[in-house]
Amino acid sequence: MSGEDRLGEDGVAVEPPPLLELAHIVKAFPGSLANDDVSLHILPGEIHALLGENGAGKSTLVKIIYGVVKADAGTLIWRGQGIDIASPKIARRLGIGMVFQHFSLFDALTVAENIALGIAYRGDMAALERRIDEVAADYGLALRPDAVVHGLSVGERQRVEIARCLLQDPKLLIMDEPTSVLTPQEAEALFETLRRLAREGCAILYISHKLDEIMALCERATIMRLGRVVSECDPRGETARALAEMMLGDALATPERHEATPPGQARLIVERLSLAAEERFGVDLRDVSFTVRAGEILGIGGIAGNGQGELFAGLSGETRVTPASAIRIDGVAVGRLGPGARRALHAAFIPEQRHGHAAVSDMTLAENGFLSGGREHGLAHWGLIDGAATDAYAERVIKAFDVRANGPRAEARSLSGGNLQKFIVGRELEREPAILIAEQPTWGVDAGAAATIHQALLDLAAGGAAVVVISQDLDEIFAICDRIAVLAHGRLSPARAIDAVTVEEIGLLMGGAEVVA
Amino acid sequence: MSDDLAWVVPVVLTVVGSSTPLLLAAMGELVTEKSGVLNLGVEGMMLIGAVTAFAATLASGSHAIGIVAGAAGGAAAALVFAVLTLTLLSNQVATGLALTIFGIGLSALVGRDLVGVALAPLPKLAIPGLSDIPVLGALLFGHDILVYLSFVMVALVAFFLYRTRLGLVLRAVGDQHDAAHAIGYPVIAIRYLATLFGGAMSGLAGAYMSLAYTPMWAENMTAGRGWIALALVVFATWRPARVLVGAYLFGGITILQLNVQGMGIAIPSQMMSMLPYLATIVVLVAISRDRAKIRLNAPACIGKPFHPAG
Amino acid sequence: MIRLEPRPAHSPIMTWASPLLAVGLTLITGMVIFAALGHDPLISLEAFFIAPLSDVFGLTELVVKATPLVLIGVGLSIGFRANVWNIGAEGQFTMGAIAGGGLALLFYEVDSVFLLPAMALAGILGGMAWAAIPAWLKTRFNANEILTSLMLTYVAQLTLSWLVHGPWRSPEGYNFPETRLFHDAALMPILVEGSRLHLGALVALAVVAAGWLVMGRSVIGFQLRVVGAAPRAAVYAGFNAKALVWCAMLIGGGLAGLAGLFEVAGPIGQLLPNISPGYGFTAIIVAFLGRLNPVGVLFAGLLLALTYLGGEVAQIRIGMPAAVTGIFQGILLFYLLACDVLILYRVRLGRARARA
Repeated sequence: MSGEDRLGEDGVAVEPPPLLELAHIVKAFPGSLANDDVSLHILPGEIHALLGENGAGKSTLVKIIYGVVKADAGTLIWRGQGIDIASPKIARRLGIGMVFQHFSLFDALTVAENIALGIAYRGDMAALERRIDEVAADYGLALRPDAVVHGLSVGERQRVEIARCLLQDPKLLIMDEPTSVLTPQEAEALFETLRRLAREGCAILYISHKLDEIMALCERATIMRLGRVVSECDPRGETARALAEMMLGDALATPERHEATPPGQARLIVERLSLAAEERFGVDLRDVSFTVRAGEILGIGGIAGNGQGELFAGLSGETRVTPASAIRIDGVAVGRLGPGARRALHAAFIPEQRHGHAAVSDMTLAENGFLSGGREHGLAHWGLIDGAATDAYAERVIKAFDVRANGPRAEARSLSGGNLQKFIVGRELEREPAILIAEQPTWGVDAGAAATIHQALLDLAAGGAAVVVISQDLDEIFAICDRIAVLAHGRLSPARAIDAVTVEEIGLLMGGAEVVA
Repeated sequence: MSDDLAWVVPVVLTVVGSSTPLLLAAMGELVTEKSGVLNLGVEGMMLIGAVTAFAATLASGSHAIGIVAGAAGGAAAALVFAVLTLTLLSNQVATGLALTIFGIGLSALVGRDLVGVALAPLPKLAIPGLSDIPVLGALLFGHDILVYLSFVMVALVAFFLYRTRLGLVLRAVGDQHDAAHAIGYPVIAIRYLATLFGGAMSGLAGAYMSLAYTPMWAENMTAGRGWIALALVVFATWRPARVLVGAYLFGGITILQLNVQGMGIAIPSQMMSMLPYLATIVVLVAISRDRAKIRLNAPACIGKPFHPAG
Repeated sequence: MIRLEPRPAHSPIMTWASPLLAVGLTLITGMVIFAALGHDPLISLEAFFIAPLSDVFGLTELVVKATPLVLIGVGLSIGFRANVWNIGAEGQFTMGAIAGGGLALLFYEVDSVFLLPAMALAGILGGMAWAAIPAWLKTRFNANEILTSLMLTYVAQLTLSWLVHGPWRSPEGYNFPETRLFHDAALMPILVEGSRLHLGALVALAVVAAGWLVMGRSVIGFQLRVVGAAPRAAVYAGFNAKALVWCAMLIGGGLAGLAGLFEVAGPIGQLLPNISPGYGFTAIIVAFLGRLNPVGVLFAGLLLALTYLGGEVAQIRIGMPAAVTGIFQGILLFYLLACDVLILYRVRLGRARARA
């Protein structure tokens, strides 16, 4: 059973034959080698971790196992037989289930309809709904089959995904970054379900970069970096630092924190900000209040979908707010002002989405530089853009932040995620802002670029700016922020000093619990 | 029956005649759009269907063959659109416009020798017993086969979309094509089918115009009905039953302006002819104002090209 | 198995090769169509594309036909770059003609050097006013501009029909639906003696230059391009998206209206029920063929003008039906859209191969 040693005929412990074996898998995409000669094996009933940073190749490998992507070379061996998993249908038939990181649910359809689609169900819907109730009760998953998905919370949506997999009697369940959107309490509930499944003989392939979870949950770990397998170990016997070093390769560089200087005057004051959501399934902001002083970095944590986007839009001016005094920059009421006017007051904004929001993919870096910097740097005269000046400006940013690109005329879409993010951050910092609002500044960015960006933010604050970092990554917030507040269901908790708060408290707040001051 | 009501039957019949092509074309486009594809070439497909049906009926002497030919013509035109937008990932708006321009030209070319040729109109189906009921008989049971088909289609499409598995898959594809693909559903194939269905329905709408409404062929005879059908789908927020209401509303307005002219009211005929187009604008504005409603009902992936990664 | 593999960046070669490839394919398809219609392909091709250019008059006619296409095309290309789909240029063309032509009739037999400029201004304003309606409906009510501008085309056409049949019908015209012929002060100056080539052609060239400057170098052009490519980025940058929609629609409407005025004050010389062989729609093809770039629009306009002339010559000389022109134009756009795939994707045959 689950990883227990079996005794062979002569009494010696024998490992059961692997459930799934990957041998020398290779997969390339234009511009990158996602999987470079990857081999690993998973035993039945084993909870196996696949560990690595963003861009290590984990998602690609798993898509190959699930039949979404076809490997360029290498073999897959299921229960001792070489197979070709040509599609998710075939994967499901073998007994492989997958819960995606970004859920593949249909917002406009009900839970039962979603599950029916996911398992290619052909029978009577009423019978399916009964089965869903059974499985949900059996495994402790709270679910309503007739609820329309768009009204569900993220935790509930994940339960729909899990129920979908369970209904197909899986032998191998793949979980892709499952807790990135859960509170610590919800994550614990998930672990219980997974442990139970493992006890019943179902293997779990658990993809994550969260070391503490892996150490708590998994028996074996395969560690990937830059497309290759760099190590295989039992995470229960390792320290977090050892695992991190295997994952990152270098000695960890902790960002250099400057001497704690007493914060200066209040530069950004948000008072009872309330904003109705515009998006289809958005979150209303209610009475959000916080103050950021010169020299400090405020972290706003919270699970995705709790109003971060709305808050960013309100702070950046993309959405106007009333009353105007709800947001004050250096004493000026800016609620009714747009982004351009706020930039004139030396504010800068970095949105979460690189392509299509922070930058235009089809335009050059020089043009993207003009997007936010045009007004201040004399890049336009008499209504015409100064080509030479715009190029020079972009060049400065490229040099200062070591952006790997073919010069200012390179199209934004040709840059890797990390490099484009460095350019965007650099573009904003080049303006020497007094206020900076950054949303998910290192999401999807490799460790090196992330370190550069974090250092830049710390330096900016040290120079007297007020910085707000809206992030779902608690590690990031704990690494660079002085204070933390948590956004849940559109409400913001009071900010607390970073060294005075525990992860448990944060977890409770993220779930929406009231704060006990 | 009282003489006062004698005018009801002919007016209702003309309204039916005016509404049926709108209903047929709009139902087809609804299915296409529900799968996430925006096909603006309805006008072109209707004209191709109209001329094909007319030519085929003339050549074969059979309306049945003409109707099938009309549907096939529309579907063939839709196939060109589908290859360009679904396989070659071209911009759906531009391709739809190209289809309209091409359809107008091609139908004019094919039909150049057919202008002014007389053709027997599509016969009304007589249902023994029911058609003979005074007033009601003519109103409900005295129509040609395409009219009945248009009503049947409303029920069929509604049943298909909301009660069958394939309909569920189609709605899923229009909602989130990446998710549907991840599960393993053939997004492109489903969109091809939905687009071809839309083309066939537009072809039938055109066939109705050239075989039943005015049994003749003239260049550009649809006069913008294809565009009105597109507006109807938005007006109906992509729900089959509402398309029925909308089609008859528009059919009614078109007839109204014709009758008003006959009543001797001193409004120039051209102004009255503007009514359906102005009404379309008004209706479009009224429904579009409610952004939330549009976003809730519009297929989330409409118009977005689908390219499976890797 | 044909597969499409995304390129890391737009291929500059294909951006300009694609239209040429599309034109080539259209010519080949054209020959097939000619043959199917029972005409010799090469003779037909010659009649269509070479014969119209064989004398000076033909060349001037080419420019006469290209003028409205280029004027409208530049306006549309700016709008399409901003993702504003003004499909109703035909209606704006008509309204411009009505506005300017109406002025000519109002000041009938008045000899003033200011009349023609005033008519041109009226034409621009008329086209703008007609485009303002879909602009307002889009920004205020979120109504799709494709459908609203298109419906207005029919309304404009009917308005013109009413005017020339009714209140503006020429008293000396034997009851034909037409207005008086415009007097000399209300007619476009002719540039080449003995031809119909008028001043509008030079205006069109100036518009191309201005369009190139605005879209390529100006701040407003940049804002229009961003709004079209990434609306969220435009909001982020602080651009006024609604104002830009108005801007795009009004530019398109104004240029279409001007083109309309030039047509009725130039080659036509009066108002008739039918003043356009579909310039407003063909201009859509011109805009795409020209890569939504004012200079490209110039060349594309000349090419599509040639298809109009070719259609007329072929009709007279070899009995080709008039509808062939429309088919050519539609096919050209189809091929262009198909070839455009190559700008962003590479075509690969067979299955994916492992890389070393």
